Amino acid sequence: MVASRFMPLDGANAVSQAMRQINPDVVAAYPITPQTAVVQNFSQYVADGIVNTEFVPVESEHAAMSACVGASAAGARVMTATSANGLALMWEMLYIASGMRLPIVMTVVNRALSSPLNIHCDHSDAMGARDSGWLQFYAESGQEAYDNTIKALRIAESKELLLPVMSCQDGFITGHGVERVGLLPDEAVREFVGSYEPELYLLNTDSPITMGAWDFTDYYFEHKRQQTEAMNSAMPLIEAVSQEYESLSGRPQPILDCYGMDDAEYAIVVLSSTAGTTRSLVRQLRAQGKKVGVLKPRLYRPFPAAQIVECIRNCKAVAVMDRAISFGAPQGMGPLFTDITSALFVAGICDLPIVNYIYGLGGRDTTPPMINAVYDDLEEIASSGDRGDLVRYVGLRG
Amino acid sequence: MTTKESPRLDKPWQSVSPGGVVTDVGNSVAYITGTWRTLRPIRDMEQCTQCLICWIMCPDSAITVEDGKVAEFDYDHCKGCGICAERCPVNIKRPHSYTGELGKVIQMVPETAFDTDNA
Repeated sequence: MVASRFMPLDGANAVSQAMRQINPDVVAAYPITPQTAVVQNFSQYVADGIVNTEFVPVESEHAAMSACVGASAAGARVMTATSANGLALMWEMLYIASGMRLPIVMTVVNRALSSPLNIHCDHSDAMGARDSGWLQFYAESGQEAYDNTIKALRIAESKELLLPVMSCQDGFITGHGVERVGLLPDEAVREFVGSYEPELYLLNTDSPITMGAWDFTDYYFEHKRQQTEAMNSAMPLIEAVSQEYESLSGRPQPILDCYGMDDAEYAIVVLSSTAGTTRSLVRQLRAQGKKVGVLKPRLYRPFPAAQIVECIRNCKAVAVMDRAISFGAPQGMGPLFTDITSALFVAGICDLPIVNYIYGLGGRDTTPPMINAVYDDLEEIASSGDRGDLVRYVGLRG
Repeated sequence: MTTKESPRLDKPWQSVSPGGVVTDVGNSVAYITGTWRTLRPIRDMEQCTQCLICWIMCPDSAITVEDGKVAEFDYDHCKGCGICAERCPVNIKRPHSYTGELGKVIQMVPETAFDTDNA
């Protein structure tokens, strides 16, 4: 283990610091709130000669991801960052990056998608991209955003995986919130990520190849099957890299961050910063003798289905909190809920009382009393045996 | 550098190239596109003036040239687009050796007139 140096950093700056330490070959990016700070800080490192990255200031996010795809195919280590509508504009290239098996690492500082126009946090941007073939980490804090960024690079570039990774954190809440962030020594990060040595890349003139070629009816299906297999079997690799990073940093890097879950009767499953709010409340409720717990998956794609089922199966009632709506899904549930209920069904668990709470859309504050009310609901559901509304809303007027 | 192995349609998903990377450069030659053809170009060799316009125009390099003269069609790769017949500048004086029609040196004949898939 090496000692970290602690600095007051906002979540965006924490990621910029990770990118500075990684010193990627190419960063192509376009500014969008609340991601702007990530590449703004990083471009200063480029201007000051602190990193030797080729920084490509492009004209849109469509061009940003296109440049990333080109640079990665050429053999470069590539990183970028975006938010919300910028991520939406990258859509086409997200699938091209994953389909071409390019290990690009992108920070997504989560923000609500327009319309109506809103720059604040929810997960509708990244959740929409959950089927795009990118791995997705969600960070509770600037510290986790920093740690996830470094792990993401190692995982993405692993020869047995070769898939792009989104490292997400909550816009403004952690993205612009200054906190105490421990940075590993530069050389420790450099050693951890190593040098990027792709086996197949376009600038290798000794061994010319074609990438992104036409794939006809006779081959496309096989390539997609291979791609989904890479994602499906990524978990041992993610666990191994997380374990290695945990040993290096001394900071726990679980796939599932559980608090009070060992004997919890009432559990909340929630991603990112709201898990912190929930944990502080759980601590208070536990002091009052209530058996409550909170489960925060740090990884959403690939979905740790079996681990989540194992964690919540013995609860009396469970609430899944979604910071996004999957419009048109049954009763308008959120994506995390559909994944967890599907995992439970596949595991043969159909009698667990479980409900969905949509919260925090467009940056709406989610306070401890609101989460307390969710735990109260769960107790009521378990005692009455009546699940009531499947999809509920936290902090919504009316 | 190039190989002429045809794309294997029995290859299981586990062994296809990840991301569709083509490591075997120049292998489009091995991809038989002649099966797409519905019309086959036929040349009246005796009335051909060897202007080579068809060879210049063919988008699939499917007209082979030997010693500066057009030799034959590469029916493994000719998709039957008909550009050669369209751009042939020679109006023949005698009926075409295959179709018996007047018109161009190269004329398009429906594939249904032939027994086999290719030439």
